[in-house]
Amino acid sequence: MIINGIIVFLLYLALVIFATGTAGILRFPDFYSRLHAAGKCDTMAAILALSSIALYHLSENPDLGGVLVALKILLILVFVFISSPTATHAISQAALIIGVEPWGREKK
Amino acid sequence: MTRAVTFFIMLAFWVTLSGMFDVFHLGLGVLCCLFLAFFSSRLLFPEDTLPLRLRQVWGMMLYLPWLMKEIFIASFQVSYLTVSPKMQDLIQPQLIRFRTRLKTPFARVTFAQSITLTPGTITVSVIDDEFTVYALTDKAAQSLPGEMERRIAHALGMD
Repeated sequence: MIINGIIVFLLYLALVIFATGTAGILRFPDFYSRLHAAGKCDTMAAILALSSIALYHLSENPDLGGVLVALKILLILVFVFISSPTATHAISQAALIIGVEPWGREKK
Repeated sequence: MTRAVTFFIMLAFWVTLSGMFDVFHLGLGVLCCLFLAFFSSRLLFPEDTLPLRLRQVWGMMLYLPWLMKEIFIASFQVSYLTVSPKMQDLIQPQLIRFRTRLKTPFARVTFAQSITLTPGTITVSVIDDEFTVYALTDKAAQSLPGEMERRIAHALGMD
């Protein structure tokens, strides 16, 4: 039962972070900071959601097959971990090249 | 030696992905891995860099937990900023440039990815040793390159 509690907790945490990430895309003032919200929150939420799924699968199938599926889910996590910052970097570099300026206050 | 290590890494990968333990599937895996290890071990470990690579893998193992902790803190800070009603007074977006002392492309990529994943910063461009980083707040801008660069240099055996 404790394991179920952990799974639900991780999943809810992931949902909250996804939600704030989405709110961030809508609320932040300029291009780069929106990208910021998208890149970071999604990585974190994906880590939490995927680890809770892996844990759930392990608790339902505590045999070798379950371990293998959990390992595959962790493999997805590794690729998200590598590809998400790369995508953020590529998009922001494109923005820099075409000359998008960061947001500043009027007085600057 | 390089080929043997390549073989075992690929066999472990095969077993994880296939999940079949009968003679036929394992035999196929062993054959494929032998073939690949013989012909393309240079892709994984170019020019006999095996001992260095293994030490770097160990270094990354020690570095990753620290990075995870930083990512946790980062996502909560960004979440807080997003929901805060006074968000526009709390952020000071800026582009900063600095030079890194990391030499190899692998170390620079690791550094750039880590910057993107942690508090309030995204790597915008990397040209040779010059990093352009977008920082969301003054505090995030001041923390670079700092501790993270030191930890990566240590993890990859370059200090």
